[in-house]
Amino acid sequence: MQLDSKIPAGSLAEKWTKHKFNVKLVNPANKRKYDIIVVGTGLAGAAAAASFAELGYNVNAFCFQDSPRRAHSIAAQGGINAAKNYTNEGDSVHRLFYDTIKGGDFRAREANVHRLAEVSNDIIDQCVAQGVPFAREYGGLLDNRSFGGSLVSRTFYAKGQTGQQLLLGAYSALSRQIALGKVKMHTRTEMLDVVMVDGKARGIITRNLITGKIEAHSAHAVVLATGGYSNVYFLSTNAMGSNVTAAWRAHRKGALFANPSYTQIHPTCIPVHGTQQSKLTLMSESLRNDGRVWVPRTKGDTRKAKDIPEAERFYYLEEKYPTFGNLVPRDVASRNAKYMCDQGYGVGASKLAVYLDFKDSIKRLGKKAIEEKYGNLFDMYQQITNSNPYEEPMMIYPAPHYTMGGLWVDYNLMTNLTGLYAIGEANFSDHGANRLGASALMQGLADGYFVIPYTIGDYLATQKYDKIPTDHPEFKKALDENKAHLESILSRKGTKTPDEIHIELGRIMMNYCGMSRTAEGLQEARKKVQQLQHDFKNNLKMVGTNDELNITLEKANRVEDFLELGELMILDALNRNESCGGHFREEYQTPEGEALRNDNDFAYVAAWEYTGGAGKDPVLHKEELEFENVKLTQRSYK
Amino acid sequence: MNWFTRTLTSSIGRKLVMSLTGLFLCSFLVVHLIGNFQLLKTDSGEAFNAYAKFMTTFPLIKFISYGLYAGILLHIIQGILLTLENGKARPVAYAYSKAGDTSSWASRNMGLLGTVIFLFLAGHMTQFWGRMHFGEMPMVNLANGDSVKDLYKITMEAFAQPIMVALYVLAMVALAFHLLHGFKSAFQTLGLTHKKYTPTIETLGYVFAIVIPAAFAVIPILVFLMTNK
Amino acid sequence: MEHTGRSYTIKVWRQKNAQAQGSIQTYPLKDISPDMSFLEMLDILNEQLLQKGEDPIAFDHDCREGICGMCSLFINGRAHGPLTTTTCQLHMRSFENNETIFIEPWRAKPFPVIKDLVVDRTAFDRIIQAGGYVTVRTGSAPDANEILIPKAIADEAMDAASCIGCGACVAACKNASAMLFVSAKVSQLALLPQGQSERKQRAERMVAQMDAEGFGACTNTGACAAECPKQISLVNIARLNREYLSAKISSDNVEEYVPIK
Ligand SMILES: Cc1cc2nc3c(=O)[nH]c(=O)nc-3n(C[C@H](O)[C@H](O)[C@H](O)COP(=O)(O)OP(=O)(O)OC[C@H]3O[C@@H](n4cnc5c(N)ncnc54)[C@H](O)[C@@H]3O)c2cc1C
Ligand code: SF4
Ligand code: FES
Repeated sequence: MQLDSKIPAGSLAEKWTKHKFNVKLVNPANKRKYDIIVVGTGLAGAAAAASFAELGYNVNAFCFQDSPRRAHSIAAQGGINAAKNYTNEGDSVHRLFYDTIKGGDFRAREANVHRLAEVSNDIIDQCVAQGVPFAREYGGLLDNRSFGGSLVSRTFYAKGQTGQQLLLGAYSALSRQIALGKVKMHTRTEMLDVVMVDGKARGIITRNLITGKIEAHSAHAVVLATGGYSNVYFLSTNAMGSNVTAAWRAHRKGALFANPSYTQIHPTCIPVHGTQQSKLTLMSESLRNDGRVWVPRTKGDTRKAKDIPEAERFYYLEEKYPTFGNLVPRDVASRNAKYMCDQGYGVGASKLAVYLDFKDSIKRLGKKAIEEKYGNLFDMYQQITNSNPYEEPMMIYPAPHYTMGGLWVDYNLMTNLTGLYAIGEANFSDHGANRLGASALMQGLADGYFVIPYTIGDYLATQKYDKIPTDHPEFKKALDENKAHLESILSRKGTKTPDEIHIELGRIMMNYCGMSRTAEGLQEARKKVQQLQHDFKNNLKMVGTNDELNITLEKANRVEDFLELGELMILDALNRNESCGGHFREEYQTPEGEALRNDNDFAYVAAWEYTGGAGKDPVLHKEELEFENVKLTQRSYK
Repeated sequence: MNWFTRTLTSSIGRKLVMSLTGLFLCSFLVVHLIGNFQLLKTDSGEAFNAYAKFMTTFPLIKFISYGLYAGILLHIIQGILLTLENGKARPVAYAYSKAGDTSSWASRNMGLLGTVIFLFLAGHMTQFWGRMHFGEMPMVNLANGDSVKDLYKITMEAFAQPIMVALYVLAMVALAFHLLHGFKSAFQTLGLTHKKYTPTIETLGYVFAIVIPAAFAVIPILVFLMTNK
Repeated sequence: MEHTGRSYTIKVWRQKNAQAQGSIQTYPLKDISPDMSFLEMLDILNEQLLQKGEDPIAFDHDCREGICGMCSLFINGRAHGPLTTTTCQLHMRSFENNETIFIEPWRAKPFPVIKDLVVDRTAFDRIIQAGGYVTVRTGSAPDANEILIPKAIADEAMDAASCIGCGACVAACKNASAMLFVSAKVSQLALLPQGQSERKQRAERMVAQMDAEGFGACTNTGACAAECPKQISLVNIARLNREYLSAKISSDNVEEYVPIK
């Protein structure tokens, strides 16, 4: 298989503009003859669905929650980047492009990232016009804050609820189109499969989560905007329902899965406590603007934080990285926290935590200013941990948070399956091996509002209007297969619950394919995951039927895909004999313990082809990354 | 239905009616109270009877009184409708509810309080207003020679009975609670809230809700004490 | 951190589906850590039920961070339990050892029970569809800084916009009124310059849809705001009343609203 990224020719800064001119257009009067399926109505999906409908296409949109307003995007706290340069610090499209490419440790496509930086400004305009209440200065103009991996303040925010406000903006645009009848919204509906007819994606199979009804939906193109797969670790900052099922089922149908081992472990999360925890809570990275990270200088110090004098505190990020200090990129911050704890400097009951201290900022800016910026985060922290961060430093530890890997897509955001698109966190496209803070929201909205509305027209313009009825043999076949599959899962009456298997999988993935990895460990992990896959087949405990709201079935259905994905992540991590961004192989590090890339052998996107699962190894396809505009350097934040 | 009736029958419209009629009835309470104070004058009912005569015969007052009857009726009918409709919005009740943690008792029982006040009003109207308008009344001569119905006498007789006084006081307690919520609620419904003025309205509401019913209640008690000396 | 296991008696509403009759069932539960979240306690109960071959209790939840608005539950007589957080942010340290805990679904005619503790809140979506938006086509916006918004206004709009659509206001209100939810959205957009063009129509249509859904009328008891996990204030309801009444008086719309189904 030859991977064609379809990157337009021309100079970097002109590619997107030229491409927009070159794409084929669909006559406005003909747009209503095309149907588009959008699976997932988070930032990316809601933005795309609303924009398609505004253009005149008929849209069927799907989400598993009871409302599009609840997609996982709602939880994003910190903010969204744009190259507006409202702060007069010398920001520009090129600087945002460069920071993002560098932040991703030079493992992303130049052309995609540049396009992302170009449309970033339009996103802010669009959202403000929708009524998103971004933070303002007294004069009425927009305010910015800074985020990790950048030396300019370019992050727009709405208190600590930026994702919520952006999603509600997209949701309102979507709601308008639902009222107009241009979008038909299917809530509490989970996608099970993609249906291919004559080599093109022409529909999906879904399960109604209330009635269990398995249904077929037909369209001219299918867009997946189903988010990331951090829940493969069980404990992550993602919402409980976030899953890989939609992307994975597409993968099983032939869509390539790219860079699955690129996962982001976020440095500022509330540490794990106890054994019954169901999820981890992120404390926005923006906290690193005003909080200082430290551990005691002596190992195993058991004194309370406030009893440790200033001289005995090790502000390790500030000392090691004087230029970026507490604002180094996430992978660097996480790895350092892990390193400190592994060395015995950790704090708290579990010794798996470091301090994030606001004492100095409160002294400098006053409690009120801190409360205004982070009040809701502080409240949340106190609610969960029963400790007051205005008085004691927070305790934080890294947690799985975001997945840079995802379905492989070309410049048009189409997967290798004709007519099947992937946008938002579900694709692999823009962040390379590490994502900078405040750029996932930017990418999701860029894809949904400003990229796919153009590129999908390029494809549809070449397609006939005829609709495929859902009693077509391919649809029937897919329906029957999926029904049979669910029945087979339901018939298992072993002893392990889906959650038990998921928790075990999470532990394996975190230990062997988390913040740091070794060839040996990964091989070990693969065996363990295969054993779990075996357990899932032979020793799963199920109850109930398919014809009802069945939470056990929902979980099992998702866990099955995580089990297969887990194995692929391990293979990908094994294959990549280098360290880059979030992928840290202990064998490959600089003397100072930083990630050591191997640009000669690994400057490529690893795109995996499914070959039948269980025992049959997937096939690797490489898309070489070409860097014409940036020089590949060892990342330095010192 | 045209836009106007549709507005008045919408959820907010119904509340608007409750609010406006409620505030109107509040103003009536003040006027009524001024009259009642005449009972305390030691002029054997001269002032009170003159007031009663004025209130029942002066054309403008008569005109306003029709508005008042309409206001009371609207307030009652709308109140009943609202209570019924609101009940329908929760067909299955909670098995266990701690509503008291989040709202005042009065605010949740406006219907009940209103019913008590209504029952009182019905008795009150037949006893005094009905007799005054349609019943047999003793007559008395005022200082200026006019012969008027002696409402003073009937009132004094009524308030000499402990049961009457007790019922009256009970009704005033209900009224106080009704006003405690109703007064400020009326302003909220009209959208009249403001950082500067709302605290004043709320204080005024408390004062009104306590002082007016208390003043009404004090009169029968005093009369009772005076007549049963 | 304490790690003593506590015991509870859980009394929970079980209902097989929308048509079935429901009832309260009792389950004893042991070894619960006070640091555990309320939903983790339910997870444990569910794992135990599943191990016994019984159907676990269905309840809505997703982010478990207090922001998606998916979790609900009427706990011990209060929407989202004894604190003013969401249920997912409630921890077992808020309950005494050996306490009996009642768990019921939101109760309102427009929120019918789907199963156990799961209710249908799509009525809220339809209210937003009726007018909770600014009409702006993708790509047609002016530069963001061309719209000046004083900080105080932006902050007030932000406070109103914080609503997570959880429905606790409806659940807590004795009239099952949705006024706090509706007023939050109407306020946000009425405060901002972007919302002015559709201001009157928005208030009229959203209230009409709210009424059509069967929510009760607001009688200003204040239970909604007292229970709202996002501290949406009653001032918004007053503003909605004002917006609605002035729109009704001054708008030139005389058509009857056709509710969204
Ligand atoms: C706690 C937290 C904080 C964050 N903070 C920031 C931040 O400050 N800045 C930033 O830029 N990024 C942040 N991120 C990352 C960012 O929020 C996400 O990457 C982004 O929102 C993903 O958007 P999305 O539209 O791709 O997917 P999601 O928002 O995850 O939406 C997925 C959609 O797909 C649907 N779906 C999923 N599977 C199926 C299926 N099988 N069938 C049907 N529907 C399905 C879901 O219902 C949902 O509608 C944060 C992430 C987390 C976890
Ligand atoms: S107003 Fe408050 S209680 Fe009501 S839905 Fe919004 S957040 Fe929930
Ligand atoms: S689960 Fe999202 S708010 Fe509680």
